[in-house]
Amino acid sequence: MKNETIRRIMLALAAPFAAVVFATIASSIFLLIAGSNPFTAYGDMFEYGSRLEIQVDILNRATPLYISGVAAAIGFRMNLFNIGVEGQYRLAAIVAAYVGASVSLPGVLHVGLILIVAMLVGGAYSGVAGVLKVTRGVNEVISTIMLNAIAISGLIAWLVREWQAGGSVDATATNLGVGTEPIDESGLIPNINSWLELFTREIGKGKELTGVFLVAVAVGILYHILINRTRFGFDLRATGINPFAARVGGVSDKKMVLGAMVLSGVVAGLVGMAEIAKLGRFNPNFVGGLGFAGIAVALLGRNHPGGIAIGALLFAFLDTASGVLQVTGSASREIVFIMQGIILLAAVIAYEVVQRFRIREEARLASALLEGDAQ
Amino acid sequence: MRKNLKLIATLAAILGLFLAACGGSGINKDAGQAAACPDGENNGDGVTAGLVFDIGGRGDQSFNDSAAAGIECAKSVLGIEFSESSPNDDGSNRAELLQLQADNNPIVIAVGFLFAGDAATVAANNPDTNFAVIDDAMMDWEAGGPIAENAAGLTFAEHEGSFLVGAAAALKTETGTVGFIGGVCCFGLIEKFEAGFIAGVKAVNPDITIISQYITEFPDFDGFNAPDRAKEIALAMYADGADIVYHAAGGSGAGLFEAAMEVSQSSGSKVWGIGVDSDQYNTVDEAVREYVLTSMLKRVDNAVFLAIQSHINGTFQAGQTAFGLSDDGVGYSTSGGYVDDIVDELEAFKADIVAGNISVPDSME
Repeated sequence: MKNETIRRIMLALAAPFAAVVFATIASSIFLLIAGSNPFTAYGDMFEYGSRLEIQVDILNRATPLYISGVAAAIGFRMNLFNIGVEGQYRLAAIVAAYVGASVSLPGVLHVGLILIVAMLVGGAYSGVAGVLKVTRGVNEVISTIMLNAIAISGLIAWLVREWQAGGSVDATATNLGVGTEPIDESGLIPNINSWLELFTREIGKGKELTGVFLVAVAVGILYHILINRTRFGFDLRATGINPFAARVGGVSDKKMVLGAMVLSGVVAGLVGMAEIAKLGRFNPNFVGGLGFAGIAVALLGRNHPGGIAIGALLFAFLDTASGVLQVTGSASREIVFIMQGIILLAAVIAYEVVQRFRIREEARLASALLEGDAQ
Repeated sequence: MRKNLKLIATLAAILGLFLAACGGSGINKDAGQAAACPDGENNGDGVTAGLVFDIGGRGDQSFNDSAAAGIECAKSVLGIEFSESSPNDDGSNRAELLQLQADNNPIVIAVGFLFAGDAATVAANNPDTNFAVIDDAMMDWEAGGPIAENAAGLTFAEHEGSFLVGAAAALKTETGTVGFIGGVCCFGLIEKFEAGFIAGVKAVNPDITIISQYITEFPDFDGFNAPDRAKEIALAMYADGADIVYHAAGGSGAGLFEAAMEVSQSSGSKVWGIGVDSDQYNTVDEAVREYVLTSMLKRVDNAVFLAIQSHINGTFQAGQTAFGLSDDGVGYSTSGGYVDDIVDELEAFKADIVAGNISVPDSME
């Protein structure tokens, strides 16, 4: 039995390990073709990533990536492709920033209100796709892509003008003022530098580890409990693996579709919170694209709470390292995007290969057992 | 099997989205600025500068390339060394890049107003490094002073330059219709170009029709790097009777000139595009060069050069430095010789603006 567990863990780790090794080799070939020395490039990246301040940057980048990955994974778990995390988190962020700026409350309540508004907006917006699927059978891939366009180019562009601080944009002065009204200090999730500094030296250069990191940890734990320890999670997985069997077993697939979709959106609503806490408002510096990146991270992490964390950290490291490559000139920054792409493709393929190997192995074991019985 | 099909279809869709996001950046790294460098003393030996580009990056033939030309000039004239970098497509690492450059260089140039917030923060954390931000004043208007003692804001009177190319368009149009393509609407900056352009057209002939369109709306900044969408808009404008279209859309402008070439070749009557920021006659692909009527010059190159020079000479000034028509911070180009016949009229307008006889609006209100 013990051997069996170790074997399972080894099999689970084989795929991502193979993917990263393959991606490193393939990227090295690209680097050589481009006339760069792969060892220098990787050396620069690791040297850079070993600095404490940069590790803070990496964690800050990984935090929203992780939340976004979990949001996507909740849908994936039951075969629902919520491509709409992108629109959901951006819409949630601007509404939460607006609501947060229009009230003044004591600290915890203020932060709580902003988070709750963000989750409600995210959930409501993904709920639209859920309702469309349940009542009209609209494929969620199509509807969420459409809803992204509506949110980003339509709703947000309109809202940001409606809620522009000071009423209008003053072109002659400075563009710093573009965006929603600033949120009071009490509504901004504080940094947790002091927590990290318990284990490390003092963080320099004014870098701040976002307090949303703790939110991401909580999201991961809750996701694990929900999937593995609750009735809803069981139904979710059952529907994902075999919707017909689940229906026969008494699971209402409509309820599950709507529930998973809304839940995915609720988590998506939290993706933008680190940005809002940093900027103190919604403004042109608000980072987009985290929703799509989250899909990649979820695929890489195999929808597993721990796997997504590794995927988020890996992508965050690569994103951050692209900067140092430009400054040292040891390689073009594009190599980082190539690596991300190769890792993703390699991971998908490697998982498939390992999965087939596992099925064949199980079949072999089963037949061996059967033969044993026959004798 | 069905599950797999769905997965593959979705992966394909996602891949498509990524490709769409990355697409269209036809990079021409060799496109340099033919314009001469400003004069200066070669006293920058040992000084290094860091430059961080914005959306579009080096090779946009317009805004970023103008900044690149400036720092190349600083290298050749002042003798400095420099390193350059571009943020990730989502702009998530602007602050990190500023910090990286500040680690290695005593002066850091940030190209674009999107750096304003991060530059203020990084400047505060690196008091010994000078920062210069293009397109933002870096002023604390309430306190009435610079945001930081080591941060300069370099701004331009884009409306004045746009007025002159608007006047040029009005003097040159044969159909009585001209167009304006803005990169990204509704955050104030590009409206300065539009307002100036319209005022310039109307100053020549108030009966000319002006078609105006933006590619994206803030907070979606893709409009500065979407030549395919600029091309579609330009084709529609030419179809609606415009024969001259001015763009203020950075890297998207390449699409405008492509459209001008296609329409000119298929219809037999020549239509024009007007460039922006750089002298685009010199930066665009050779094939479309003859369709660049003129360009609204925004001398980001000069501003970058002067910021580095002032740093070397110890005269670096925090807060806003405004460049306008009077100090040739903005203007129009005559490369190609297509506006040679109307230079007298344009110079008269320029003199009127500098003298204050014409007041150019800087917003659409």
